[in-house]
Amino acid sequence: MAASAFGRVRLAVPNPVAAGQVVTIRTLIAHPMESGFRRDAKGQRLPRNIIERFECRLDDALVFRAELQPGIAANPFIEFRLRATRSGTLHFRWQDQHGNHHEAQRALEVTG
Amino acid sequence: MRSKSPAERCRSWQLFIAAALTVALAAASGCAPAPDASAEPAAPTWPRPAPRSGYAFQQADTQALQDDPFANPGLLWVDQGAALWADATQGPSCASCHRATDPVRHPLADAAHRYPRFDAQRQRLINLEQQINRCRVDRQGRPAYAWESPPLLALTTYLAHQARGSEVTLAITPETAPFLALGRQYYYERRGQMNLACHHCHERSVGAMLRGDRLSQGLGNGYPTYRLQWQTIGSLQRRLRFCNAGVRAEPFAFGAAEYVNLELYLKWRAQGLTIETPAVRR
Repeated sequence: MAASAFGRVRLAVPNPVAAGQVVTIRTLIAHPMESGFRRDAKGQRLPRNIIERFECRLDDALVFRAELQPGIAANPFIEFRLRATRSGTLHFRWQDQHGNHHEAQRALEVTG
Repeated sequence: MRSKSPAERCRSWQLFIAAALTVALAAASGCAPAPDASAEPAAPTWPRPAPRSGYAFQQADTQALQDDPFANPGLLWVDQGAALWADATQGPSCASCHRATDPVRHPLADAAHRYPRFDAQRQRLINLEQQINRCRVDRQGRPAYAWESPPLLALTTYLAHQARGSEVTLAITPETAPFLALGRQYYYERRGQMNLACHHCHERSVGAMLRGDRLSQGLGNGYPTYRLQWQTIGSLQRRLRFCNAGVRAEPFAFGAAEYVNLELYLKWRAQGLTIETPAVRR
C-alpha cells in the first residue's frame, strides 16, 4: 500500500521567468512518512517507512537537496528558491529508505 | 455512577416529550387525507444555532494550509480522484456515464449537495461513498471499494471538491424526512461510558477546550477532511466513529444507518455554510 501511495505529487514551477529572478519552487508528495515509533491498535510497532532524500537538478546540475528524517510529517511539502539564470528541465527525485524512488520533470523557461 | 441532576432530568424529559410529539405528529399525518405528492414537505422548524464552520475554530496556520490552493494536502486526493474518475482501464469509466454536459444526469457539483439521499431500490438512505460503490458494482462490474480505502476517499473528495465554495443546501423530501428525524434523535441521545450526546459537546460546549482542541459545532461541511492528527484524509464516517470512541462508546460499522442518518442531520444543521472540501483540521 505504501508503494501505491508513493508517487502522487504536486509541483508548482512558475513559467516563464525573467533572467536573474528568484523563483519559488513548491513540491508536495503523498507519503505516509511512518516514523517507526508508532504502534497500531494491537500494540504492534509500525515499521519505519520514510522518504530519505529529495533532489532537484536543473538538467545535470544539482540545485537543491534535502535529507528527510522520521520527525517529518506525512505528505512532505518542500519549498525552495532558485535564481533563474538559464532555461532547462528541472528534474525532481524523491527516494525512500527501501530504494524506491519517484521522478518528475518540469520545464523552466528563462526569458530575457 | 453519578445520578442525573434535576436540570438534566428535566432536559431529558423535554427531549422525550419532543420525541413523543414528533411521533404523534407523524402518526397524525399518516391518518390525514393523502397529501399532494408534489407538495414539498414542511421544512423542520427545530431550533439550531447559527452555523459556524470548524474552520473558525482552527489556528491561523491550519487555516492557511486549507486556503493554500497548492499545498493543501487534501488536494493530493482530489488529483487522484480526478484520475480515477477518468480511468477506463478496467471497463467503463465514471466519466463515460457522468458527462459534464449530460442534460439527463445531475451535474457533478451537485453530488455533495444531493447526498445522503433516499435510495428507492434499497429503501434506505445512502451517502456519497455508498453511491460510488453502488456505481462500481452495478454499473461498472467492479468490486466495491473498502471503507476508508485510498481510492474511495479520493473519489469522494474529488466529487465533494466540485462543490467547494457553494452553500450547503438540503432538500427534505417525504422519503428523507423520517431519516432526518432519526438523525436528530441520535444527536440528542446519550451514549458510551461517558454518557454524552453529540449536543453536549457540539451545541452546549462550543468554543471550550477539549484537551488540546477547541470544540467546534461538529459540522461536516469540510469532509472528507485532512486531519493533522490522522496525517491523512478521512471521511465523515471515520470522524463519527472517532467521536464515539472518544466518549467510550462502541463505534458502529462504517456506513451504518445510524451514521448515515446523522450525516443527513448534520447537513441540516450546516445549512448556510460553504462546502470546504478538502478542509484541513487539527
